[in-house]
Amino acid sequence: MVSRPSEPNGVAAFLASIPIVGMIYRRIAAMNAWFENACDGAGHALDLLAHSLRALASAHKKTDAIVLQTYKAVFGSLVIVFLTALFSGMILALQTGIELQRYNQESSIGYLVPVAMFREMGPVMTAISLAGLIGATYAAELGTMKVSEELDALEVMSIDPVYFLAMPRMIALSLSATALTLIANIIGSVGGAVVGQAYLNVDAGLYFRNAETLLAAKDVFGGLLKALVFAVTISTIACSQGMRAEHGAEGVGTATMRTVVYSFTYILMFDYLIGWALY
Amino acid sequence: MTVRVADVVDENPIVEHPQPTSFKGKVPPVAVELLDVHKTLGGREVLSGLSLQVYRGETFAIIGGSGQGKSVTLKHIVGLLAPDRGVARVNGLAVNGRSDHLSEIRRQIGYLFQEGALLRSITVFENVALPLREHEKLAQKQIEERVMNKLALVRLADAAAKYPSELSGGMRKRASLARAIVRDPSIILYDEPTSGLDPVTSSTINDLILDLQRKLGVTSILVTHDMASAFRVAHRMGMLLGGKLIKIGTPEEFKTSEDPVIRQFIHGESEGPLTREAP
Ligand SMILES: Nc1ncnc2c1ncn2[C@@H]1O[C@H](COP(=O)(O)OP(=O)(O)OP(=O)(O)O)[C@@H](O)[C@H]1O
Ligand SMILES: [Mg+2]
Repeated sequence: MVSRPSEPNGVAAFLASIPIVGMIYRRIAAMNAWFENACDGAGHALDLLAHSLRALASAHKKTDAIVLQTYKAVFGSLVIVFLTALFSGMILALQTGIELQRYNQESSIGYLVPVAMFREMGPVMTAISLAGLIGATYAAELGTMKVSEELDALEVMSIDPVYFLAMPRMIALSLSATALTLIANIIGSVGGAVVGQAYLNVDAGLYFRNAETLLAAKDVFGGLLKALVFAVTISTIACSQGMRAEHGAEGVGTATMRTVVYSFTYILMFDYLIGWALY
Repeated sequence: MTVRVADVVDENPIVEHPQPTSFKGKVPPVAVELLDVHKTLGGREVLSGLSLQVYRGETFAIIGGSGQGKSVTLKHIVGLLAPDRGVARVNGLAVNGRSDHLSEIRRQIGYLFQEGALLRSITVFENVALPLREHEKLAQKQIEERVMNKLALVRLADAAAKYPSELSGGMRKRASLARAIVRDPSIILYDEPTSGLDPVTSSTINDLILDLQRKLGVTSILVTHDMASAFRVAHRMGMLLGGKLIKIGTPEEFKTSEDPVIRQFIHGESEGPLTREAP
């Protein structure tokens, strides 16, 4: 860890004692500390990602943990994923349908909603649910282990905490996110069909025939690729924040909060980048 | 005091060692060595030039007030902390040198954490079995045998199926001790093994420490506030104050010491040089 002096010394101390200069000095120092901290954080997360990928080589030894974590992730988020996907599909159908009705085009929601679900809403809404539910849990778990010296204990026993804790979680979250995204895509499309049938007089049969003609393999697999990238992002941020937690319970809280906020930001950033690369 | 070369280079060097252990009359080999270790943590110099040599087969007790850096000292020996200046060596290998040396060193060390540091998510049995499962190819039956054997030594055979959260503080500590010794280490670092234990259990643990030393020739470093325990099990002891060992000697020498600081500490008096000036 880098130790950085918080108090200026020597010439800097003299300059800092002049009121205006001191104020500017402190602002710059604060910004510098913030920036260094952010770089430290990103550096640690990238290190952890590389280390987790290397640990994949011994994934077969952790199958029990992977199965357990996958089970926890899927069943811990199924209801929320179901609801967010359902309402995303319904909202999409309702809002686009109302507009399209003005041009008597409401029957084309069958083209719109499933494509939007498979490309965007399914992967993103699932990832956001997973970040809040599972990512936050990972950060809290690992953070608690860090502050109670459990990670140190593993290290002293020559058990690599990344291999033991982070790698199984990364695999578990990738598997769960992919499966849940697929489910969310389908639920959302069905939600759109229900709204179409109930409010817009769009025949569900027509809706699904339209969906079938437009949905390409690229949409399905592109969406799943996103799910995979989001899952790796969430678990890396969560484990990295957890493993660096300090100062007891408060530090665990901070790690959890940061995991959620950073995950949301990176999910949207990567969503744009992948969309841009694919289409 | 002036030291002449003639004094140092003697034909028959008399090396004083209070209780030569395995090599009567000769200098026993050094198992653990800290040389001029400096360490600053949280802006405060916790260790400032600490030096210590512990011989093979010896039990060395470190005593000293709360917050003086006893746990920090132990952490330097297993490489959880690296000295800012100075070196730590175990069996001649530098702790913070090559990573294969570090794993070799850790293989030989059992570490009892002050707060136990058991993994909360698995049972006591699994905690103790963990180092065996990760590093030794043993059949389930052999693992069970060794784990139950160690749990019986710390009188916890009944609690094997419990989770750490279901144990009392003292029980957790003993479970952690069982984990520390399960791979039969040749060096054991005990961070306050008897704190929070009733007198009878304390005495069991003291007997265990003595037994491990006498029967298996284990080298031990023991951090403790419990003077009775230190006097009973230690061959030599050292008092940590102000980042250094201010006195190293036999329990006899400590008991009969005229030094007011030592007297105050071992008799637990509230009046004296330790409390006169705020550190
Ligand atoms: N990771 C850390 N970061 C910052 N300061 C630390 C850290 N670890 C220890 N310290 C500080 O180092 C000092 C010595 O801590 P240490 O845990 O070694 O004390 P101790 O002698 O074991 O005390 P006790 O008997 O209460 O366990 C304390 O002032 C503590 O605040
Ligand atoms: Mg301590």
